[in-house]
Amino acid sequence: MTDWSGYIGLILQGALVTIELTILGSALALVMAFLAGMGRLSRFFAVRALATAYIEFFRGTSIFVQLFWAYFVLPFFGVSLTPLQAGVLALGLNVGAYGAEVVRGAIKSVGKEQYEACVALNLGRWQTMRHIVLPQALLVMLPTFGNNAIELLKATAVVSLISLTDMTFQAQVVRAQTGNTLVPFSTILFLYFIMALAISYGMRALERRMARGLDGVRTA
Amino acid sequence: MEWDWEFVRQIFPTLLQGVKITILATILGSVLAAVVGLGIALLRRSPSRWISRTTGFIAEFIRGTPLLVQLYFIFYVLPDIGILLPPLVAGVIGLGLHYGTYTAEVYRAGIDNVARGQWEAAKACNLNPRQTWTHIILPQALPPMIPALANYFIAMFKETPLLSAITVLELMNQAKSVANSSYRYIEPMTLVGAFFLVISLFSVVLLRWLERRYGRIEQ
Repeated sequence: MTDWSGYIGLILQGALVTIELTILGSALALVMAFLAGMGRLSRFFAVRALATAYIEFFRGTSIFVQLFWAYFVLPFFGVSLTPLQAGVLALGLNVGAYGAEVVRGAIKSVGKEQYEACVALNLGRWQTMRHIVLPQALLVMLPTFGNNAIELLKATAVVSLISLTDMTFQAQVVRAQTGNTLVPFSTILFLYFIMALAISYGMRALERRMARGLDGVRTA
Repeated sequence: MEWDWEFVRQIFPTLLQGVKITILATILGSVLAAVVGLGIALLRRSPSRWISRTTGFIAEFIRGTPLLVQLYFIFYVLPDIGILLPPLVAGVIGLGLHYGTYTAEVYRAGIDNVARGQWEAAKACNLNPRQTWTHIILPQALPPMIPALANYFIAMFKETPLLSAITVLELMNQAKSVANSSYRYIEPMTLVGAFFLVISLFSVVLLRWLERRYGRIEQ
């Protein structure tokens, strides 16, 4: 019988890398989602065009291709990234592009009368966004953001292919060393699923928390 | 390092071979996903609580775990119990199962969208469950689903590079092997990116057309 304790430790180390990637990637994705999502609603054509190009580009090619491009091609332009940096960059930019559409949709879902009320109250554009539109739009975005975060978690498995020692990479190491395939792969499938569940429960809790005080405001 | 058109011309035939496999995998995967999705959607509606719960959990599990790991599982674990699959078949099964759990949701929404009166009318006409499904429910439920299904098939197409991890010689793998043997990454990787970008820009046009033609599923 193989002694699994050491291998389990290896996989748990990988799990930490996966969690780190998910958190950093989500943070970058969130920033990009708001920048590009609001950019698409900008008054200025140049900003709109830039945001649209970003979104179409990153949604049009797969995360895998982007990751390889960031890791193997960028060095030729003088930008050398560590696997972790390349991973966070590709994951964040990719999921951010999907998130941008969510932000745009949510902002557009806020009723016209809300904007009219803001005009009537003489609020500036920034004030309207900050105090009236975003608090309502954020609640609409949250469930989809949760799904996007899970997609990002799943996409982190791809970084194992650029030699980042995440959970999938460690499972491959265990497979190579023990020759056993069922145990390492079942273990990480289970761990990924637990993480996905954690994200979806966390998001639901956050949604409940944020919906407080908005009762009766939203009719939809 | 400079962009070299001569090199591009040289590697183009090799990449084209990969494109064929990529497209083949997408088509087979889509067919499987369409069937698996319908199966899951129907099983989840089963009157037996046990069947619907179990199916629901399995679908949830597949959707919550990475496709790459599932591919590894199919490719490396199944041979241990005597099921030896060629890489492409393993890849298609992985794609089909993974996206089947997504298309199942599309089917669910489409079926839920058929008005209750239709079910009642089918019962009033004394149709059995099989006839109700094939003659009344599915013909009405399917057309509005087409755009959403196509959306997932395009998403699947973009995931096919993952198959390179289980040694399927599709586009990404061809590009990698070209890059590794010539130490030039810029051209092959950029061409792969450009290929996917062009196809998905076209597919956006196709999707718009499908949406106009078949209409959107109301949420």
